[in-house]
Amino acid sequence: MTNDEVRTTKYEPVIGLEVHCQLLTKTKLFCGCETKFGAEPNSHTCPVCLGWPGSLPVLNEEALRLGIKIGLALNCEISGRLKFDRKNYFYPDLPKAYQISQYDMPVNGKGWIEIEQRAESREQRENQNPMPSALCSMAKRVGITRAHLEEDAGKLLHEGIKDGSLVDYNRAGTPLLEIVSEPDIRSAEEAYDYLTSLKAILEYLEVSDCNMEEGSLRCDANVSVRPVGQEKFGTRTEIKNLNSFKAVQKAIEYEIKRQVEMIEAGEKVSQETRLWNDDTGKTALMRSKEQAHDYRYFPEPDLVPFSIAQEFIEGLRKNLPELPQARTNRFTKDFGLSPYDAAVLVQEKKLGDYFEACVKEKANSKLASNWIQSELLALLNTAKKTIEESPVTPQALAGLLRLIDNNTISGKIAKDVLPLMFETGKSADAIVKEKGLEQVTDTKLIEEIADKVIAANPKSVADFKSGKTTALGFLVGQLMKETKGKANPKLANEILSKKLASLKKISK
Amino acid sequence: MDFQIEKIAELARLNLKAEEKAKLSKEVAGILDYVKSLSAIPTDQVAPTSHVLNLENVFRKDEIVVSEVRDKALKYAPHAEGNFFKVPKIVER
Repeated sequence: MTNDEVRTTKYEPVIGLEVHCQLLTKTKLFCGCETKFGAEPNSHTCPVCLGWPGSLPVLNEEALRLGIKIGLALNCEISGRLKFDRKNYFYPDLPKAYQISQYDMPVNGKGWIEIEQRAESREQRENQNPMPSALCSMAKRVGITRAHLEEDAGKLLHEGIKDGSLVDYNRAGTPLLEIVSEPDIRSAEEAYDYLTSLKAILEYLEVSDCNMEEGSLRCDANVSVRPVGQEKFGTRTEIKNLNSFKAVQKAIEYEIKRQVEMIEAGEKVSQETRLWNDDTGKTALMRSKEQAHDYRYFPEPDLVPFSIAQEFIEGLRKNLPELPQARTNRFTKDFGLSPYDAAVLVQEKKLGDYFEACVKEKANSKLASNWIQSELLALLNTAKKTIEESPVTPQALAGLLRLIDNNTISGKIAKDVLPLMFETGKSADAIVKEKGLEQVTDTKLIEEIADKVIAANPKSVADFKSGKTTALGFLVGQLMKETKGKANPKLANEILSKKLASLKKISK
Repeated sequence: MDFQIEKIAELARLNLKAEEKAKLSKEVAGILDYVKSLSAIPTDQVAPTSHVLNLENVFRKDEIVVSEVRDKALKYAPHAEGNFFKVPKIVER
């Protein structure tokens, strides 16, 4: 067995993820300071978030509302009663030397989400393996252990400073929801799928910017491996410093490999925190269990407890927007899309919105799905634009797709028209008229050109007569070239076939 | 009750002298003993108290309040550089 085979057949990874999601409030969790990213250092601070003696925190009601909204979308049990606790540790990013968090009475208890296993369906698609749709959209349920509110820490700057570190407390006190998953994830790809599914839910809820670069979404991973068939979990390590979903996937892959190699070599995995280094593609020891923090949690005496009325929770539940999974189902049902295509379009809310706007303008839904995912996204990628910045509006794309649908232009010509629309902002109609690209469906004209092509290519005609059917393709190509791609390909094929067949008969 | 004065001192970032350790060990033990008398009371039917005030649901609206304490805070900080607070170099977290 190769190392890869040992890893995948003898061992099973067990993975749990902790995601910190910055809530989209105007102000911090316990004070009225602004949360906007990118302000001058320490300009968004006050006695509360700087931890001055005598100052008192007061809970931001909007943060609690957003926290419950997320809990509902993650199918969590919402606590009727909650409190806050102090998590004590010394570090200069924490001005009070403790973080206000939630320990044993979190706002959201157990829940679950269903994840789209995109990695697998992509494979199936590439293999051109037509699976029954129920299998293609195979969703897996990942449990949520809890999702609690806590305040963020400040930011430290180390680089280029020899004799110390600089501290910016603008971020200190920003509301976070820490979403802890059950150890239900079984591979690095599944971890990636979980994160994209979770991010999609958060985006649809409009509760967070979900911007990893600005730190509004952060992730730590707990990873262990166990022999296949063993129920007891192996010793886990926690991986930090994961700055993108791809980094999460790569770090978990690395960590699984590292742990299996250790076990295979007769060594023991030790419980520790490790840091991912994106440049080297490795994790390195940050601290061992012996050095682990002793947080000494205790109830936060500066905050009173909270009771949440059932009517309040139900009111929020009723007003939840359509979530990604429901939208995926609707796209397959109402628009006849494959579960894979539906999931791709839905994953990014704006992309799904673009698609729906396009279909609303009477575009064929399958054409719209294909053109958005391939041609349009390719143009946007090259131009480094997001779907919202697309110079081709959904209405304009629908205009182009209608021309394909009613045979005014071929799909091939349309591929030349779209970049022109992208560049000039002109409508498909205008470009097609201006350049005279309308498809030639005039049978007589095509017949004339077919005769010309037959006369000009006696060798291919002879090949065809001797049974080389591939010669037909070449001749059709010549005909299309003659018409600058404008001949209706179906008609061109039919007319040429008929003419060649009759030639064959005559020669016999 | 079991406790280690060294561990508590370390968590609280206190450097205790040997005689202080001995003295505090005795005193903390006395306090814990006294509190222990509470465990004689049956509490299994009582919900845990997390706050001594008979008060709940104190909120604030999500409205910006500008404080502008930065310059003052930086002025009285042990060390500052530009608009930043400055702290000794930290290696491990």
